[in-house]
Amino acid sequence: MKQLHKDDNEPLYKEEFSISSAHEALVNRRQFTKFLTLTSLGMFTGNLWILGKGYFEKKPSFPRQVVGKEEDVPLGAVKLFRYPEESDPCILVHTQDDAFVAYSQKCTHLSCPIIYSNETKQLECPCHEGSFSLETGAVIKGPPPRALPKIVLERQNGVLVAVGIEASHE
Amino acid sequence: MNDLKTQNKHTARHQYLVAIDGALALTAVLLIVQMWLLTASLETHLGGDKDSAVPGAIFSFLLFSGNFGLYCFVSKLEKKARKKGL
Ligand code: FES
Repeated sequence: MKQLHKDDNEPLYKEEFSISSAHEALVNRRQFTKFLTLTSLGMFTGNLWILGKGYFEKKPSFPRQVVGKEEDVPLGAVKLFRYPEESDPCILVHTQDDAFVAYSQKCTHLSCPIIYSNETKQLECPCHEGSFSLETGAVIKGPPPRALPKIVLERQNGVLVAVGIEASHE
Repeated sequence: MNDLKTQNKHTARHQYLVAIDGALALTAVLLIVQMWLLTASLETHLGGDKDSAVPGAIFSFLLFSGNFGLYCFVSKLEKKARKKGL
């Protein structure tokens, strides 16, 4: 029977049930605290991941890209294009005072595509009724937390060229 | 005499449990704050603000350290209580 014992004084069941019922409350609490601490470590790792992602993310490059001819976009009309990547939809508006403005078409709330309203002369998001100023891209109303990123345009002999993006953190 | 001993044991055990429960509650509170911090950091990161990730990570580390400290505290108390046979 010797092999059934861990040592001579310890019965085998002690190995299987090393905690007495009186100590169970203490052990349970310690294990729960351990679980919470490990979850906390997970949260910290998440924060580190965000930090690393921001640090190592490649800076976007802004190529010069022809958006279209001025004459193709009459007063009050819009043209959709993609800049700087194929996955970045943008909207160009020919305003009433004969200026051209362009913004990212992704709403800063939950990325729904914004549209231009000729009635209100504002950029509007149909998802949660957010709206943005046509002149500056600033939020006028609704849930969007920030202004729309503005596409920097250059006019070259009647041709509109996108040359960069001005992101606002307000 | 025996009754007094048992009562003392009960009181001591109760005190240990209260201290451990307090530490546990504090751990839970710190964890909730940390969760909020993580969601806030993620939100600002997705919003294009890269600068807030550094303070977010620092505070998250401090909260984790606090939680780890509390875990050590609970562990120590538990060991002590078991040693005393409470
Ligand atoms: S997605 Fe635009 S307001 Fe919500």
